[in-house]
Amino acid sequence: MALYPKPAEGSWTEHFPGVGTGVLSYEDCISPEFYEAEREAIFKRAWLNVGRVEDVPRVGSYFTKEIEVAATSLVVVRDLTGQVRAFHNICRHRGNKLMWNDYPRAETAGSCRAFTCKYHGWRYDLTGKLTFVQQEGEFFDLDKADYGLVPVHCEVWAGFIFINLAESPEPLQVFLGAMVTDLGGYPFDALTERYDFTADIRCNWKIFLDAFQEYYHVPVLHSQEATPAARPKMPGFEAPYYNLDGPHRMVATSGPPRRLWPTDYQYPIEIATRSGLFGPWNEPDLGDDLPGVNPGGIKAWQMSNFQIFPNMEILIWQTGWYMLYRYWPTSHNTHRFEGSLFFPPARTASDRAAQECAVVMFKEFALQDAGMLVGTQQGLESRAVRDDFPLNDQELLVRHFHNSVASWVDDYQRAHPVSVTR
Amino acid sequence: MPLPAEFADLEPYLAWALPTESERYARRLDSSLVEMQTFYDAAFPRLEEAIVYCDEHPYDDLPEDARTLLRLMQSLVMVSFPVEVWKQARVPDSGAAYLTVTAEPVV
Repeated sequence: MALYPKPAEGSWTEHFPGVGTGVLSYEDCISPEFYEAEREAIFKRAWLNVGRVEDVPRVGSYFTKEIEVAATSLVVVRDLTGQVRAFHNICRHRGNKLMWNDYPRAETAGSCRAFTCKYHGWRYDLTGKLTFVQQEGEFFDLDKADYGLVPVHCEVWAGFIFINLAESPEPLQVFLGAMVTDLGGYPFDALTERYDFTADIRCNWKIFLDAFQEYYHVPVLHSQEATPAARPKMPGFEAPYYNLDGPHRMVATSGPPRRLWPTDYQYPIEIATRSGLFGPWNEPDLGDDLPGVNPGGIKAWQMSNFQIFPNMEILIWQTGWYMLYRYWPTSHNTHRFEGSLFFPPARTASDRAAQECAVVMFKEFALQDAGMLVGTQQGLESRAVRDDFPLNDQELLVRHFHNSVASWVDDYQRAHPVSVTR
Repeated sequence: MPLPAEFADLEPYLAWALPTESERYARRLDSSLVEMQTFYDAAFPRLEEAIVYCDEHPYDDLPEDARTLLRLMQSLVMVSFPVEVWKQARVPDSGAAYLTVTAEPVV
């Protein structure tokens, strides 16, 4: 029996025009040619989240970001006026990587008043302008104004720093659309206690992302999220609300806070730390008005998971914390996952213990996905089954995501018929 | 005294008082279930009391013994799923997967 009413069309999938109910192909996750197309069509054209404003807290704060899928490294910096800027992390003299420490391919961060190349000492100010050339007189008609760092489009929304590698992209807020930008008033800036995770995972980026945008698998793969007493009461999963907006999508869940569940529905460590997978029980006061977080206005709202095209997820919990995931392709069948958990700054030891419990439990269950999805990649690569994967209504976001990826690749290939083959 | 006097009975487990997640996770992977269960059985009954003790001090200026106690309790959280749920150190079916913490608040 359905827990929640479906839209008038009979299903969430049919509620959204053009999504379709047919079987899905996963060729887009196993084809090296398709990966090459995605690199150009998506990762060099879409806005990509590379950090938070807290990563560049002061004038001169910078960090580098390796973007393998676009074969480049960026340096993101807060300039003297406070503006956040991004540049290709390359010295204009002879192409050396500009900012790095110890290992050229490893990311780095720090604070500086100028960028100085380790090779020949060329120096750039925080706006990318070339300000010093070693033995400038030895060069031939060199005009320093012609040799600034190569800028990359960089915009900030709600404290999230995005870059875009296209020549003239649409403005970030237009790209994000109303469903996402309605979240702009959420107090992300109050949630600065942060845990960052990273993992190199041997599956296509979309396979991992798919596992974080459908909860049909949760009662099965993650059955131990429920205690033995609670498990029989959780036969399946239904979401009360889905929404799509352009290439972006979201799902919300509802239910009573875990702290109100019967004690045998919680693990001992959850009760002792007053926390768990759904977060600390002591909720911060973030104000009554949290615009955009529950666009469906569902009752007993629990969390909303916003999937921002192409590779970013913001998951906001009713209990006053959020998660940020990014999936960075490194080849057609590998990617690097980045996950961050953001809480209010801990003011007491009990805050710390509660956050610790939420963080440890996140890792327990994320490792289940990370372990299993290597097998999904292998299964798909066998091509024993092709183009015939049935998806149900709770997998709407998976369907919409693969459709969106295909649509971006198709659009690009129509405009560039020779440069990319599929 | 490395631990507050009231928690001296936990001193056999001081090797678990580790500042970072990666150290706590590495110790978990290097431990047998019996070792984790023994630590859990000793520390879990004292967890709420330990938090109350630490909460009596300003969090940003914890005395060294309280800091050690809190780090010990972070390791207790780290071994809770192996003991309460998995019955082993690694997450079942997680294969070669790992998730590395690259930034965290350190007590």
